[in-house]
Amino acid sequence: MTETTARLPHTREERIPWRVRLALRDIDGVTLLVVPAVLFVIGLFVYPFLYGFVLSFKPRAGDWLANYRKFFSDPFLYDTIYATMRLALPATIINVLISIPVALRVRKMHRRRLLTTILVIPITLGTVLIAEGLLNYLGPQGWLNRTLMLFGVISSPLRLVHNYTGVMLSLILSGFPFTFLLTLSYITGIDTSLEQAAATLGATARARFRYILLPLLAQGLAINFCLSFVQTFSVFPSAVLLGAPAGDTRVISIAAYQAAYEQYDASMAAAIAMIMGFVQLAVVLLALAGRNLFYRGAAGGGKG
Amino acid sequence: MGRDKSISERLWATAIWTAVIVFIVNFMAMAATVVVNSFGTRWLGSWLPAGYTTRWYLSAWDEFQLGDVLITTFEVVGAVVLLSGLFGVPAAYALARRNFPGKQLVILLFLLPLMIPPITFGIPLATVLYQFGAGGTIWGVIIANLVPTVPFVILVMIPFVEQIDPRIEAAARVFGAGTGRLFLHVLVPLLAPGILAALLLVLVRTIAMFELTFFTAGPDSQTLVVALYYAVYAAGVRAGQSIDAMAVIYMITTLVWLLIALRFVDPTQIVTRAKQEAAR
Amino acid sequence: MSIAGRDFRELRLEELSRSFGALNALKGVSLTVKRGEFIALLGPSGCGKSTALNCLAGLLTLTGGSIWLDQTRIDRLKPEERGFGMVFQNYALFPHMSVRRNIGFGLAMQGKSKDEIARKVEEALSIVRLGQHGDKLPGQLSGGQQQRVAIARAIVIEPPLVLMDEPLSNLDAKLRLEMRAEIRRIHDLIGSATIYVTHDQEEALSLADRIVVMRDGTVRQVGTPTELYARPAHADVAEFMGYRNVLSARVLGGSGSEDVQVSVGGAALKGVAIERPDGNAIVAVRPDDLKPANDGPVAATVESAQYHGRDFYCSGRASDGTELYFCSALPVQKGETVRLAADPARVLIYAGAS
Repeated sequence: MTETTARLPHTREERIPWRVRLALRDIDGVTLLVVPAVLFVIGLFVYPFLYGFVLSFKPRAGDWLANYRKFFSDPFLYDTIYATMRLALPATIINVLISIPVALRVRKMHRRRLLTTILVIPITLGTVLIAEGLLNYLGPQGWLNRTLMLFGVISSPLRLVHNYTGVMLSLILSGFPFTFLLTLSYITGIDTSLEQAAATLGATARARFRYILLPLLAQGLAINFCLSFVQTFSVFPSAVLLGAPAGDTRVISIAAYQAAYEQYDASMAAAIAMIMGFVQLAVVLLALAGRNLFYRGAAGGGKG
Repeated sequence: MGRDKSISERLWATAIWTAVIVFIVNFMAMAATVVVNSFGTRWLGSWLPAGYTTRWYLSAWDEFQLGDVLITTFEVVGAVVLLSGLFGVPAAYALARRNFPGKQLVILLFLLPLMIPPITFGIPLATVLYQFGAGGTIWGVIIANLVPTVPFVILVMIPFVEQIDPRIEAAARVFGAGTGRLFLHVLVPLLAPGILAALLLVLVRTIAMFELTFFTAGPDSQTLVVALYYAVYAAGVRAGQSIDAMAVIYMITTLVWLLIALRFVDPTQIVTRAKQEAAR
Repeated sequence: MSIAGRDFRELRLEELSRSFGALNALKGVSLTVKRGEFIALLGPSGCGKSTALNCLAGLLTLTGGSIWLDQTRIDRLKPEERGFGMVFQNYALFPHMSVRRNIGFGLAMQGKSKDEIARKVEEALSIVRLGQHGDKLPGQLSGGQQQRVAIARAIVIEPPLVLMDEPLSNLDAKLRLEMRAEIRRIHDLIGSATIYVTHDQEEALSLADRIVVMRDGTVRQVGTPTELYARPAHADVAEFMGYRNVLSARVLGGSGSEDVQVSVGGAALKGVAIERPDGNAIVAVRPDDLKPANDGPVAATVESAQYHGRDFYCSGRASDGTELYFCSALPVQKGETVRLAADPARVLIYAGAS
């Protein structure tokens, strides 16, 4: 018996060296090139996040939920969620909705590059500069008010700075180019022969939009909404410089900043950051779930 | 589909173009206000300033220590560009060429810092950096800014690497090149346009990156955009014109690099490249 | 204004022109199509056949000319108003709709009742033999099946005219042959006129009632498959229709148009004059019509021979250097000298460059 087992060949697993086995699963020296970046992101993104999460449950005083309880019982704090939503939701919805017809028209253009270049400038300049610019431009003596009064549209200057309106305008100014470029890339990804086919089958422009374009865009628009919302919800410099940071536009990022740098309460700041992230996540999930319902409705309604 | 347009179609098209033009005109006017003000002697209650001067630029330079700030900005931006390239390009290569177990998870890991806005992870990040004594220093700022840029470089570079036929690399290996020589003589030259594009995009984004620097910078490690914020914040104390002079310097810095970047990059890539990966 | 129903007597294309900037894709194309006819637009890439089809569909505007359906001028109508069915090269099936919804889309646009739509979709599904696949999504179907859905979608609206833009070019060879037969069968069944764009002359020959050969935006010849096969009107048409030997030659003499002698490969060949040659001529002969014969006039040295099952398709060089393609039933050796002959009725002579 020992003789026969001695002459049995080794099992397959033992025969193949470990290096080859790993390489078969695409793990070798080249794969290791990804490790530094992975370690970096884990160390400086995931870890601080988890650290902050844990820290939020270790408040300066009180039990582990004290920070959260404080946040939700103090109107000065929890109202920031509402104030931020009041800005972020309308701004995102406006930006996404307006980007659709504009993108539909622009995709027919052959020489788009000039337009897209111009539209990239607001994104490049950033929110701080736009805030400063609007402080001048939208002010009671600024050119906008002057022009409107010159044409008799209004008789006294509109209050456009240091309030909700100013911040809203800056969110649209800095957010629309981004939303538009994203929508444009989704729309150009739809094969034109689909709309041509629909046209030959008798679909008017409106029908083509409703039955062909919109369902196919639904996924892209949902993602667009989520990305834009997440950006607008974290509004900070414009809310401070151009808004009323102690009043109407006291957004949640301001509360977090104050906790961290004015009250030096790192734990509370972490808690507020977590709440902020959580609200963003909730809205994103709602949007994606909503898109699924809409998609099934549009695609499955009627026959088939 | 290319036909004589009906009245309603023409109205609709006009409305859309009007909206676009209104947007652009307002934006340019806003930028113009800043520029004009920075050259004005006094501007109160009239369409244009009373007179013109360049003295605000000199005073802003002193007041805000713009010389130092600009040096700091370029140190930060330079380090971020270099390091994100060093971390990101090899990682992109690995992700493009190898399909290892857990790859999806790794890609998700790289997507997160791009989708979650800087403030949400910036505050905990700043806390950690301060804990380790890096808070308030220039290295703290550099590290913080690297968090979104390393993934950005990776996601931008992956399609570039995928475009290179792997058989070219196989050919190089057959002819005796090890991984080091492969990178140096074959890959980097082929990838050069992609690397250039990615790094220029990182540069432009980092100059304008406010929140992360704001939370991690100390008084002598501020970048231009943060210094501008503080100046506007304390606007009552300073003269508006010198703040605007600083703003103009900021605009020029950003736009110069944007123009350079645009020679190599399509404008939409500044925005959509990373987001398209997210959408996949 | 919508045109439905199959009742029209003729579709007239009058001097259709379409230019893209400096490029003239269509230069005055005219054609009359009768009800129920199967017309093939045949030509190499860039000849304007797809452009013409898109202009017919309304997807491109004409820069000149007009299109008439009996007494009604239709070239100013939008595609959704013309009521023609169209099958696209890439099928263009709506990816988010089931097969049934795809097919029924045109009927839904016409506002038909749910019952009528369901009934007609079932009918169309059975015509294209896809009865069980009604609830699948296009992504779940094979190329051939997708093609059939595209056809069903175009015919279910009972259009007077069905336009097909190289519908078979994305399919493999065997499927292409099967679908060719299917397309003709469906055409005969429903009785609409069909205009079919292709660059494959075999497809055109086997499917069409009449073929329109196009080149560089103009019509070179319109005729039945037999006419185009045996009597192409110009040398370039002959070349496109498979006359692989298109050679310059000199006229040696001859009486009338039936019996013209030309010098080919250093020898004299008799042929039929399609155009009046004047000294310089172009001679076109199919390889299948040029065969080795003991007393053949043209001598050639064999350069290659490819076995095609029943015959050998060979190439050879004549004494004056002319390259000739011929067909041999018996194997030939490389380097061997053969004597080639051709039936004068199959040797076509055109006017050469002067």
